[in-house]
Amino acid sequence: MNKLHDLTKGIIKENPVLVLVLGTCPTLATSTSVINALGMGAAATVVLIFSNILISALRKVIPDKVRIPCYIVLIAGLVTVVQMLVKAFAPALDESLGIYLPLIVVNCIILGRAEMFASKNKVIASALDGLGMGIGFTLALFLMATIREIFGSGTFAGIPLPVLADNHISILTMAPGGFFVFGLLIAAVNKFSKHKPKKQGGCEGCPQAEACNKIKEEAAQK
Amino acid sequence: MTNFIIILLSAVFINNYVLSKFLGICPFLGVSKKLDSAAGMSLAVIFVMLMATAVTFPIQKYLLDPNGLGYLQTIVFILVIASLVQLVEIVLKKYIPSLHNSLGVYLPLITTNCAVLGVTILNIDAGYNFAESMVNALGSGLGFFLAMVMFSGVRSTMETSDIPENFKGLPITLIAASITSLSFMGFGGIIENLFGGA
Repeated sequence: MNKLHDLTKGIIKENPVLVLVLGTCPTLATSTSVINALGMGAAATVVLIFSNILISALRKVIPDKVRIPCYIVLIAGLVTVVQMLVKAFAPALDESLGIYLPLIVVNCIILGRAEMFASKNKVIASALDGLGMGIGFTLALFLMATIREIFGSGTFAGIPLPVLADNHISILTMAPGGFFVFGLLIAAVNKFSKHKPKKQGGCEGCPQAEACNKIKEEAAQK
Repeated sequence: MTNFIIILLSAVFINNYVLSKFLGICPFLGVSKKLDSAAGMSLAVIFVMLMATAVTFPIQKYLLDPNGLGYLQTIVFILVIASLVQLVEIVLKKYIPSLHNSLGVYLPLITTNCAVLGVTILNIDAGYNFAESMVNALGSGLGFFLAMVMFSGVRSTMETSDIPENFKGLPITLIAASITSLSFMGFGGIIENLFGGA
């Protein structure tokens, strides 16, 4: 039961993108088409599962003081492996994801889960947590990409749709459309979730929350 | 010379890191509430972007490429940036405490800022030489600064407006970012018009 909870919490209740609001950069950038979104989601999920497993397995070995650099190196290594695999087996995807593939290293979902979950839990639970969060990330990306691609280019996964293909709103596939659709989705999540609306973006799940809050406090004092 | 101006202008306005490439969104949404924290954060970003480019470019060209280690790019760059940020913090604290007081708090946030890693990798991908890379890093940093400062202005007016319940907080910020980004689309094409299709 507990194990099941580790897996499923990332999908809806603690969805990394729509509820915790982490990893906004890749979400906005790669949700222009469904294929890109699924590719990005899969790549990030693989990295997330393995980084959670490795970090959880090494949690007693890694000294507390240098844990963040250790996590970053582990994650960077995994990202490099995924990058090479994608280059070899899906060169078209590599082309369209471009810079965002190596940037999985600095995706705060992965570092956030390492810090929040994997460093405190057993290997199997961490693997399930990684899988769940990965699925949640992919689903959120897929949802956003579906909206942006159907209305923005009039296609779904590259297949032209009747009527919409001739009347597409191209701005949705461009940068402003990304912000706009994401804003609407978060508003919808606020509307339908019973919890009170989020005040700020993913602070509780973010590994940088401490430094970030310090800035806010200082700004408030001035 | 024209070459540098083109790189600078396109990095600041057309390919703005935040508003059209979606890099560095976290600080853009997180620290843009007050003007001085927005400016402080962006100055720290400009500084680190320039330093990171100055260090990673020779590493890629003289260490990784000749030895066929190009695939280590991501690992090496993130390590270099992380240690660089630490080093900068220590040096500033010791020698220029006044600058450390104003920028110090932002430095830890920058290690995992995707805009910094992004600019170093994009410089290599674009095939720029060292001077061009530095200009691109400066332009990207300035673009980040411009977006942050403009957006903090937008947000301060938003504080006093009446926002629908479900849009309070992040959603309305994102919608505002969307409109700000829309305004930057107006810069599209200026390079072609200024420099004759270069």
